[in-house]
Amino acid sequence: MKGIAHKFKDNIDTDLIIPARYLNTSDPVELAKHCMEDADPDFVKKVSDGDFIVGGENFGCGSSREHAPIAIKAAGISAVIAKSFARIFYRNAINIGLPILESKEAADQIAEGDEIEVDLTTGKIKNLTKNQNHQAQSFPEFMQSLINAGGLIEYIKNLRSHGGGPK
Amino acid sequence: MPQTITEKILAKHCGKKEVHPGELIECDVDLVLGNDITAPPAIKQFNLIGVDKVFDPDKIYLVPDHFTPEKDRKSAEQVQMMREFAKKYKITHFFEIGCVGVEHALLPEMGAIKPGDLIIGADSHTCTYGALGAFSTGVGSTDMAAAMATGKVWLKVPEAIKFVMNGKLNKWVEAKDLILYVIGLIGVDGARYMTMEFTGDTISNLSVEGKLTMANMAIEAGGKNGIFEADGWKSDKDAHYAKVIEIDCSKIEPQIAFPHLPSNTRGVSKSTDVKIDQSVIGSCTNGRIEDLRVAANVLKGRKVHKDVRLVILPATQKIYKQAMKEGLFEIFMAAGGVITTPSCGPCLGGHLGILAEGERAIATTNRNFVGRMGHPKSEVYLSNVAIAAASAILGRIGSPEEL
Ligand code: SF4
Repeated sequence: MKGIAHKFKDNIDTDLIIPARYLNTSDPVELAKHCMEDADPDFVKKVSDGDFIVGGENFGCGSSREHAPIAIKAAGISAVIAKSFARIFYRNAINIGLPILESKEAADQIAEGDEIEVDLTTGKIKNLTKNQNHQAQSFPEFMQSLINAGGLIEYIKNLRSHGGGPK
Repeated sequence: MPQTITEKILAKHCGKKEVHPGELIECDVDLVLGNDITAPPAIKQFNLIGVDKVFDPDKIYLVPDHFTPEKDRKSAEQVQMMREFAKKYKITHFFEIGCVGVEHALLPEMGAIKPGDLIIGADSHTCTYGALGAFSTGVGSTDMAAAMATGKVWLKVPEAIKFVMNGKLNKWVEAKDLILYVIGLIGVDGARYMTMEFTGDTISNLSVEGKLTMANMAIEAGGKNGIFEADGWKSDKDAHYAKVIEIDCSKIEPQIAFPHLPSNTRGVSKSTDVKIDQSVIGSCTNGRIEDLRVAANVLKGRKVHKDVRLVILPATQKIYKQAMKEGLFEIFMAAGGVITTPSCGPCLGGHLGILAEGERAIATTNRNFVGRMGHPKSEVYLSNVAIAAASAILGRIGSPEEL
C-alpha cells in the first residue's frame, strides 16, 4: 500500500478522532465525514484513498469507541503508524481490520506530506520522499491470524465453518 | 510462582494454574456490558457471525445511559436496536427508562459484580469494577459481539504497577484527588497496557465508593485495569511488579486537572484564578450518594454564583430516590442548581449541559479532552465533589475553605 502521510501529535484521543456529538450513529460513512474533525477540521478534505495517519505516543487514548478506527478506515486511511497506541484502540483496530504499525523511528522521521509505502506482512515502512526505510514491530502470531482472517468476526466465522467456535 | 490478584483471576478464567505477563490467553467472561453507543455496532457484528443464540442471556448487560432519555431521533434508533435485540435473545438485563442509570454506578449497586469475576465491557470505564476485586476492562464493540456469541475474550496478561498509598488525608481531599494525583504523577500513558494495583493504609480506609472512583480512572493513565484487594482475593507476598510507587497521601491537596489532559494536574491552591461558567457534579466517577452528600454539605445555605450554572446528575434511580429522601434536592434547588435524570449527559458532551465556545466548566467527571463537554474551544477542569460545589458558589475554581 502506498499513500501520503498526515501527521498528528502525541495523545490523539478518541474524542479528537471522532467527537462524541456524532456518536448517535454507527454508520461508517457518516462517521468518516467527521474523522479527526477536532484535531484538523480540513482533514477529510485533504485525505485521498490509501493515505496514512502518522501519530505520536499513545494514539487513540480515551474511550473504547470502535467508531474511532471505523471512522479512520472509512475515511480511506489504509494504516495508522504511531510511536505507540492506547490499549483499547489497538485491539479495536485489529478486531475491525484497520492495520496499525508501531515504530518510534518512523513516526519521528516521516514528515507531513511524505509519500509512504508499507508492506504489512513484513512490517517494512518505506519513505519514498526521503528515501528512508523503517521497521515496525511485527504482530504476535495469534493477532496475525486474526488480521489475516480480516478481523475477529471473520475469524470466529472461520472457526465455525471448521466445526469449532460457538454453535 | 507468586501471582498478583489480576494474574490469579486471569489464570482461573483461562483454565491455567498461573499466567505470565505478555502471554496471550483466551478467557471465559462472567459478564459482558454494552451501552447505547457501543452496543448497536456490537449487535451488527453479532448478526454477521450467524449464531442463533447468545452464550448466556443472564450475563449480558445492555445499559442505554449515554443519551438517555433518548435525546434525538438517531439515539432513539440506537436504543430501539438494543431493545429489540434484548427481546429477541431474551436478555435479562436490559434497562429501560425508570430503572436505567450510568452503567458503572448501576452494576455495582445491583450486586452484579463479585470479587474474582472477569468482566469486559464495551466502555473504557469498565475498569471501575476493579474496586470490588474483579478483573474488569474496557474493550471494543467487536470484542463485545464476539463475547456475546462465544462467552470468551482474548487478552494479553498485563504487567503490573503497585501503588502503595499511606498517610492521613487532608481536609476536603477525596479518593478522586488520590487518583488525579497518581495520573498527574505517571502521565496519561504511564500505565499503558498495565494493571494498576492500589494498596496501603489510605486505601484500606477508603469507602467502596472511593475505590470505585479510583478504579474508574485507571484508564486515564492508560491502564488495562485497576484493582483492589477484596474478600479472598489478594496478591501473593512476592508477586512480581514492573514498578512499585510509594505515595505519602498526607502531602496531597485537592487536585485540579487542567485542560486538555487528566494528567495536567495542580493543587487547588494554585488554580484559584480560573473563572467558570458551569459546574457539573455526577458521572460514573462521582455521581454516587456519598458524592451528593458531600455536595450538599458544601452547598447548604449558600447560593450558586450568578454567572454559574450548576448541573447535578445522580448516577442511578436508586441514588436519585435516596438523595430526594435525605432532602439533598431541597439544598441543591435552594442554592440554584438543577437536578437531572440519571444519564451520562454532559460528561461526554451528549446533552443536559453542553458548553458553548469559550466556556469553562469544572466537573467531577473523568475526562477533559478537547471538546469533551461541547464546543472544541470550551474547557473542562476536573476536580473532586467538594471543590466543584465550592467553585459553583465562588464563580471560579476554589476550595470550601474560602467560603
Ligand atoms: S458518565 Fe461519562 S465516563 Fe462514565 S460512562 Fe458515562 S460518558 Fe462514560
